[in-house]
Amino acid sequence: MMLGNVEFEMAWLAPEQWPRLPQHLVEWLVALCGLPEWLVSIAGWFTSAGVVVGVFMGLFALLSLIERKTLARVQNRYGPNRAGWFGILQPVADGIKMLTKEDIVPAKADWLLHLLGPVLIVIPSILALGVIPYGQDWVPVPLELGLVFFFAVGAMTEIAVFVAGWASGSKFPMLGAMRAISQMVSYELPLIISALAVVMMSGTLSLPEIVESQGGYTLGFLPQWNLFTPWGLSAGVVFFIACIAEANRCPFDLPEGESEIVAGHMTEYSGFKYALFFIGEYLGLFAISALGITLFLGGWQSPLPIFDFLPSWLWFFAKLAVVIFIFLWIRATFPRVRIDQLMRFAWLCLIPIALLSLPTAAIWHYANKANNDIVAWIATMPLVLIPWVVLTVLFNRRLSPATTRTYHFAE
Amino acid sequence: MISDPLLQQSSPVLEEGSDDDQLLRVSLGPQHPSTHGVFRMNVELDGETVVRLKPVFGYLHRNHEKIAEGQTYLSSMPFTDRLDYICPLTNNWAYAHAVEKLAGIEVPERAEYMRVITAELTRLINHTAFAGFFLGDMGAWGSALMYAFREREKILDLFEDLTGARMMSNFMRFGGCRNDLPDGWLERCRALVDNYEPFLDEMEMFLLGNEILIARTQDVGQLPKETLINGGITGPMLRAAGVAYDIRKVDPYGIYDRFDFKMPLGEKGDCYDRLMIRFLEMRESLKILKQAIKDIPEGDFIAPKAKIRGFKPPVGEAYGRIEGPKGELGFYLVSDGTPQPYRYRVRPPSFVNLTLLEEMCVGLDIADVVIILGSVDIVLGEVDR
Amino acid sequence: MKDAKHQEPAGKAGKWTIPGYGLLQGLFVSGRNMVESYYKKERCPVIQYPEEKADISPNFRNFPFLCYDGDRPETGLRCTACGICEKECPPQCIYIVMDRDENGKAKKRPKVFDIDISVCMNCGICAEVCPFDSIYMDGQYEMATDDRFEKLVLGLDRLAKSTDYHMQLRPKEATAVMEKRKAAEEKKKAAAAARAAKAKAAAEKKAKEAKEQAEKNADDAKGGTE
Repeated sequence: MMLGNVEFEMAWLAPEQWPRLPQHLVEWLVALCGLPEWLVSIAGWFTSAGVVVGVFMGLFALLSLIERKTLARVQNRYGPNRAGWFGILQPVADGIKMLTKEDIVPAKADWLLHLLGPVLIVIPSILALGVIPYGQDWVPVPLELGLVFFFAVGAMTEIAVFVAGWASGSKFPMLGAMRAISQMVSYELPLIISALAVVMMSGTLSLPEIVESQGGYTLGFLPQWNLFTPWGLSAGVVFFIACIAEANRCPFDLPEGESEIVAGHMTEYSGFKYALFFIGEYLGLFAISALGITLFLGGWQSPLPIFDFLPSWLWFFAKLAVVIFIFLWIRATFPRVRIDQLMRFAWLCLIPIALLSLPTAAIWHYANKANNDIVAWIATMPLVLIPWVVLTVLFNRRLSPATTRTYHFAE
Repeated sequence: MISDPLLQQSSPVLEEGSDDDQLLRVSLGPQHPSTHGVFRMNVELDGETVVRLKPVFGYLHRNHEKIAEGQTYLSSMPFTDRLDYICPLTNNWAYAHAVEKLAGIEVPERAEYMRVITAELTRLINHTAFAGFFLGDMGAWGSALMYAFREREKILDLFEDLTGARMMSNFMRFGGCRNDLPDGWLERCRALVDNYEPFLDEMEMFLLGNEILIARTQDVGQLPKETLINGGITGPMLRAAGVAYDIRKVDPYGIYDRFDFKMPLGEKGDCYDRLMIRFLEMRESLKILKQAIKDIPEGDFIAPKAKIRGFKPPVGEAYGRIEGPKGELGFYLVSDGTPQPYRYRVRPPSFVNLTLLEEMCVGLDIADVVIILGSVDIVLGEVDR
Repeated sequence: MKDAKHQEPAGKAGKWTIPGYGLLQGLFVSGRNMVESYYKKERCPVIQYPEEKADISPNFRNFPFLCYDGDRPETGLRCTACGICEKECPPQCIYIVMDRDENGKAKKRPKVFDIDISVCMNCGICAEVCPFDSIYMDGQYEMATDDRFEKLVLGLDRLAKSTDYHMQLRPKEATAVMEKRKAAEEKKKAAAAARAAKAKAAAEKKAKEAKEQAEKNADDAKGGTE
């Protein structure tokens, strides 16, 4: 359909295309005004970025409420329910409170870095969100090296946390920053190695292509997501655990371990700078979960063929909701680990398992080439199970109270 | 420049030039999320490892002992509620026990049973809340604490019905208790005791197998038995190390010799054992409660000769001690025959158990300090008095 | 005391567990609590305070109040300003001034009776030691105000409450007190009656004696004149 002198396609209105609709409309409007081609694409990019930021800011507000509600329910409480219907206005109230609070900069702080810390923590999260394929044909920035870009900007958060901790000029933030650096650097490794297995199997670094490689169904109903393969299972579990640590979530929330070092790198922050840390943390959580979904849970692919009619971005956000809920559930249940255990866990447990998933993936690849699933499973399962057997033996020898502890009763 | 060394430590500047200027001096507390009130530890850290730890008490000092020496014996009773405010009824009992020893007052049968029931309920409260606080110290997001408080609330409701207040009970009198059990109280108590076991099962399932908890608590805060005994440590902390010392057994007071219960003992005495011992003790408390509720006789709830007004014990001294939920809780009283005690002294278990904190913490992580402090189970109202 | 009677391994005796089993158990418990909190009252026992209020036990005690008989606190106040509660009060938050007439004679009622409820710790000892059944513990707990001196130091006007209030608040205790007082009153009345009778008898006797004496005197006088 032609409106003016530029094409307006009715296909833009299909549910599948909804996330792109603003971009299409803006591009169409700009073109309608007769502006040059390069301006049209710039306007399109900005709209696209605006949609990503807008959607995830909205989700952040929603999540901050849902998190409190879920935690409250786990703890047999109601949670926030005073501001608006079911507390729906609570994020607004929080925002107003944060904005109106006094912004305190400690006398010993480096005020410029103190200001930069929270800003730097938000930017990479938003950048990382740009390369995720949210729907079948909606990637805000379709980069060929999307995965590399993601990890590259993801590493920036570490610097931001350290800047915040160091610039505060105080002791607890310093401890928190040191913890954060060591934790994030060591968990980056299992994270990347387990993602490497996926790259190896799909043969590409482009995230949309990785999602497409997970399409199709075994036996007509089992989705061929990477998680449902032996190598994908071990790599996926490692990725998930490393994800929790990267996102600073419980039980790996040591940088802000509030029972030990008050609030870690956020101790000396107040007002909206403090809120920015939260925004950054939640956006980072969204980004890392989105990457996990892309790599292991088939991105926007629907779990069953009969649901293929639903728009693909809906599936993406449904999966995101499930993953985030698991994060919340874990947070409501587990205590925090100690820093040395955290490091040991990463280097002695996660990295070997992640490395092991690489040969597993290779074996799977060649066995699958022979088109024999059963042989592939038999060949790879031992490699997946070995770490668990070793862990079980070590655990029961060393730690398990059932095998190491006895209690006496005196009359 | 600040001249007071304590204040100097609290300032966030590293002192340079001294021998250990490589150490990070951190003041944990008095305003810190997990110091159980206003306890303060001046910690010197090498990285995250504790090199030195100096506890600083007194931020909650209320002059309890001196105030008690200026007023009548009865007037001190409500102040004992505020020593260890998690378990006021055992504090009441310890004080009443000391005064009864001083004045030689006999306690009627029914009152003794009422004291045992309330004391064991208090023990349940304390140990349940302990598990919650302990997990809170470890950074769990309050779920365990909320479950613990959910059940604690039910016991507090019972206390409110019996004593008139949920926490500040002021219930024991010299020679008995203040009032009789209200109608239907025993039935409610029995129902609560019967429902407590499933809750303990749930709590144990929630906590004791948790690998993170195991990794965090095992082999943390261990001390040799001899050190513990020399330090005067009592209560679950001592029993977790395998020393069979429970005043209910070794120096039975009240009517504890009538009940059939056991004393759980650990082996290693680390934080995990301390948690475990408390869970086992709660089950023993339930046993005592069941027997006591079954056996409680009719009769006076306070000795008929007991005096409320104008109480004057004879000249003398007495030390009354009971097994509080946190350890040996004792009151030492000296009477000169006047209505006011000449000397009034509390032996608080939290305070004495805290004395070995540095020995337990040195060489461990700062994160361990927090859970060791939690495993000692202190209440600052009692430590600082 | 026998030591270490028997041993009991912790948890499930001697069973090997795979690492992660305890974590899954924890997740199960918290998940169950979350789901059940939606439909089981027991799993979500929160009382949303200003809208709903918890049932207060009849035994619940808060700040003290003064009881008066009849309709008017000016006349019916049971308090005699003896000062026992003032002396026994642990935080010493009671302040009493005896009312006196112009000659300085005590009227046996308080002129000033102040309780500083920001100091009061609700222990109930004043109620316990009062020999005149005058002071009792109230059950009212919504006392928050913005003025520490005007509104949190309760004077006679806010402390005095009728016996009906007491009866409503704690029927059992109030009935017992009523009966005790009635019995005491009757005893007192009986004693007074007896005393009156005795006095009357004595007076009669005295009168009789006086009469006899007078008669005797008269007789003597008569005899004297004879």
